[in-house]
Amino acid sequence: MKSAQTTPEKPKIAFFDFTSCEGCQLNKLNLENELLDILQHVELVEFREAMDGKADFYDIAFIEGSLSTPTCINRIHDIRRRSNILVALGACASIGGINSMKNLQPIETVRETVYGDEKYRFPTLPAMPVSAVVKVDYEIRGCPMSIPEFLHVLKALLMGKTPSKPDAAVCVECKLRENECLYDRGIVCLGPITLGGCEAICPSFGQFCTGCRGLVPNPNKNAMVDILTQNGLSLEEARKRFLLFNSYNAEGKSIT
Amino acid sequence: MSRTLDLNIKHLTRVEGHGNIVVNVKDGRLERCELEIVEAPRFFEAMLKGRSFHETAIITSRICGICSLGHQITSLKATEEALGLEVSEQTVLLRKLLIDGATLQSNILHTYFLAAPDFFGTTDAFKLIPTNKDVVLRALRMKRLANDIGDIVSGRAVHPITPVPGGFTKLPSESELRAIRQRLIDEGRPDMEATVDTIASVLDAVPDFTRETEYISLSHSDEYAFYDGDIFSSDTGATEVSNYRDMTNEFVVPHSTSKHCKHARESYMVGALARWNNNHTRLSEQALRVAQRLSLKPNCYNPFMNTVAQVVECYHCIEDSIAIIDTLLERGIKDEKPNQQPTRYGRGVGATEVPRGILYHEYEYDRKGNIVSADCVIPTGQNLANIDHDMKKLVPEIIDQPKEMIAKQLEMLVRAYDPCISCSVHVLNVQFIGD
Ligand code: SF4
Ligand code: SF4
Ligand code: SF4
Repeated sequence: MKSAQTTPEKPKIAFFDFTSCEGCQLNKLNLENELLDILQHVELVEFREAMDGKADFYDIAFIEGSLSTPTCINRIHDIRRRSNILVALGACASIGGINSMKNLQPIETVRETVYGDEKYRFPTLPAMPVSAVVKVDYEIRGCPMSIPEFLHVLKALLMGKTPSKPDAAVCVECKLRENECLYDRGIVCLGPITLGGCEAICPSFGQFCTGCRGLVPNPNKNAMVDILTQNGLSLEEARKRFLLFNSYNAEGKSIT
Repeated sequence: MSRTLDLNIKHLTRVEGHGNIVVNVKDGRLERCELEIVEAPRFFEAMLKGRSFHETAIITSRICGICSLGHQITSLKATEEALGLEVSEQTVLLRKLLIDGATLQSNILHTYFLAAPDFFGTTDAFKLIPTNKDVVLRALRMKRLANDIGDIVSGRAVHPITPVPGGFTKLPSESELRAIRQRLIDEGRPDMEATVDTIASVLDAVPDFTRETEYISLSHSDEYAFYDGDIFSSDTGATEVSNYRDMTNEFVVPHSTSKHCKHARESYMVGALARWNNNHTRLSEQALRVAQRLSLKPNCYNPFMNTVAQVVECYHCIEDSIAIIDTLLERGIKDEKPNQQPTRYGRGVGATEVPRGILYHEYEYDRKGNIVSADCVIPTGQNLANIDHDMKKLVPEIIDQPKEMIAKQLEMLVRAYDPCISCSVHVLNVQFIGD
């Protein structure tokens, strides 16, 4: 197991952003109550949302965003080489997220729509999660990533422990919170096939799950289909909704 | 003044691109002076095609995490307009409360974490911890308070959950509202007073520069417009929101992949200073008092004062939040379900004042409530031409100063417009061509 404490000094941590909305990084700045406390235990060496600076080595590198240009690929290899532990933050970095919706169209079409005749001027690739290119040690799912999970992972790594990973579906957490199931109101919710760890935050606020944390390891796809048909809802609608955050390798993850 | 100067201030923007400040002065003549933008391509319009109206705001919120609430509310307004979905007064009040919270959080973040380090002469706010810990703690406390408004009313401050077409999926409880009201009074007001003291003490660091331009914002007869109103230009007066394209007139320039905008002159400004110039008479009493203390006068033509206008707005947002909560509590929170039965289909435009300025979303829906086409015009894009023109006036005025000073003032200028956080922070990487 890897430990963040390779040096007697404070562990050096860094944050990097790739193709993203910067919401995950912002969410971290929203840790107002814990921020100063965290800063006492780590040395923040790169964090471009709030500071300027560069370093040669990172005990823990946190990556936000998906990879979608050749420059991204070079940069991530470089960061990986200089990092002891690499953590993917949020849906974009861990599963491709919302950016990967562009992959559903042929790349040539996408380039042409954006650049017209200049389509070869700015190289574009399909949007990929970080793990498609380099080894990722830990993932914090969600769009945006969940703050309690971030704290849990950071604390575990700082103590040299392996952070535990959620493995149950959103539905399990939702039922624990005794929410009224949205299917009872005829609303398509992706909770049955989506990896939990967010405390079912969306259904708890009355909104359907959009699958932002990706598929559970062994999705019981048939159960989802059963629920849909029992409720007179179309599978097509559910499939389309699933693609919101899970278009990367969509064909391999079909819920049909 | 026959100086030759080459300046290339590089900053890494979003991801699939970058932006630089480029200045070339040859024998005292300004040859080039512009903010180059190679912005990450927006695939959002393509992503939206064919999507259900239930998903539109979930997608557009992800254009920018920093402005997610603003994008979401603007998106919902455009969808509701297109599909003929009426919303209740309670929904409007709660949305206004959310906008106050988001504006407070964004303006505080910009003022303390991005602009203040310049005023204090340091590179980042964390460096202020040893010397000015109380200031940092106060900034964090105010941000938390603002974010708590978002958490309580919308479930989550970044990519809010509960605001949907036609209303809210869950409503805050009266006791939650009462608690946040108390904190606005007990923490919000004193912290705001202290913020004003802090800013007043560093006002000397605001560069003395003026360039009158056209100021465009929403404007409303009854209130300091954030949520609703007509488009108002300081040059040409009011226009209906549905005519927004007549105001933005997007055009392509060679040095920027993000389109520029112009209206009555070569450029216009949006954001806190534009709102102040157009709508200051509708600010709360406390905000007006603070403006006076911070030497912000009506018709201020110094773009560097945008940060001061943001501080003034913070006070307004605190007072407005308290007033909105009072109204909500007086009426009692009604258990309403969102109205999601379309009564028509077609085109709809939504316009909202987000922290960085006026934001437009336009959608066209088919009869099934799926998107046919979409268009978004973002505040930072509208300000780009104005930033170029400010720089063109500023550089000759300071050309005799050392290169580092020129670079610093140009960075401060760009930062004053409060473009996306990461952009403005990365303007800190200065490189001189030929050094
Ligand atoms: S996962 Fe979501 S919140 Fe995080 S960067 Fe991507 S789009 Fe933004
Ligand atoms: S609301 Fe969604 S997550 Fe909750 S129990 Fe129903 S299907 Fe599962
Ligand atoms: S409920 Fe679903 S959409 Fe919401 S945060 Fe959890 S996984 Fe994401």
